[in-house]
Amino acid sequence: MLEYLLSFLILTGAVFTFIGSLGLARLRDFYTRLHGPTKATTLGVGSLLVASAVYFSTRGGGISLHEVLVTLFLFITAPVSAHLLAKAALHLRERSLVELPPDDAAAADAPAGDGAVR
Amino acid sequence: MLSLVIPIAFTLVGGAVALSLWRLLAGPGAPDRILALDTLYVNTIALLVLLGIHLGSALYFEAALLIAMMGFVGTVALCKYLLRGDIIE
Amino acid sequence: MNRRLLPHPLLTLALALIWLLLVNSLAFGHVVLGLLLGWAIPLFTRRFWPDTVTIRNPATLARFIAVVMYDIVVANVSVARRILGRPERLRPAFVVVPLALRSELAISLLANTISLTPGTVSSRLSPDRRSLLVHALDVDDRDALIASIQQRYEAPLKEVFEC
Repeated sequence: MLEYLLSFLILTGAVFTFIGSLGLARLRDFYTRLHGPTKATTLGVGSLLVASAVYFSTRGGGISLHEVLVTLFLFITAPVSAHLLAKAALHLRERSLVELPPDDAAAADAPAGDGAVR
Repeated sequence: MLSLVIPIAFTLVGGAVALSLWRLLAGPGAPDRILALDTLYVNTIALLVLLGIHLGSALYFEAALLIAMMGFVGTVALCKYLLRGDIIE
Repeated sequence: MNRRLLPHPLLTLALALIWLLLVNSLAFGHVVLGLLLGWAIPLFTRRFWPDTVTIRNPATLARFIAVVMYDIVVANVSVARRILGRPERLRPAFVVVPLALRSELAISLLANTISLTPGTVSSRLSPDRRSLLVHALDVDDRDALIASIQQRYEAPLKEVFEC
């Protein structure tokens, strides 16, 4: 039973990690590519880490929860780096499939637009 | 069951690393390359965790944690560089 | 007096918990050491934490976290399907979401939540903090997307962190 749960978690994790990178390679502009790694890869690695926590907790060496720390860290940092990347791309006027929003170039440099999302 | 699943997972994550690497080399822009690097480090964490399960050793956890932190700091520094043309103000 | 000795009780608890997770042990010594670190670190870094966080409505916060976790899983399945489908059929768009939130913490939480959930990445906060630019992977109806973000994520955050 436990082995099935572990196998399921590991397979889901690996498949989502792969799909995230597939999106990175396959989609057609930077802004759509951003979606693959921020969501699919994060959940994929999160799932693998949960599998690891379950695996080491059930091997008799006591409960092992430190994987949760990496999972939490990833879930907190992934949106932050995605936001910064999107902002950098908008600042550089990276090519997009759709029309870019008007550039308030001052926005990217003003400290107000910066300090709030961290 | 596990001995069957783990090689499959290794293959999938390895494929993910290869795809990210391709994006890193192909570009076309700087943000694309940074995104590829970011994905690459998350993929590396996945590989390390899988290796830990495969070898039954919890030693690799610290390495995974360090990669997660350094990768995040690296991504943020590179984005700041793109936004301002300068890292330390 | 209390505020000077223990400026951020929630931060203290969080740091202690992180310490226990890091050493992966629940031994009494580690609990004490974790609480000590959780007490000392906020005290020495007080200048970085000018505002205190107050959670007005823990039940709403718990429900919000549950909704977000559910949405993360659903978001991933739908994003995965779109990545595997034909990339030409995607209809990406930039959408401007007006913000009703004012506190920095609530806005950052909202931006992070938007990035983690269905096909949207928050891309830029306007300089006056009145609106958030969001990139969506595949949109039918912009107004429906904006309404769902406002109802599903913004309303509970406003309830928890602002009055």
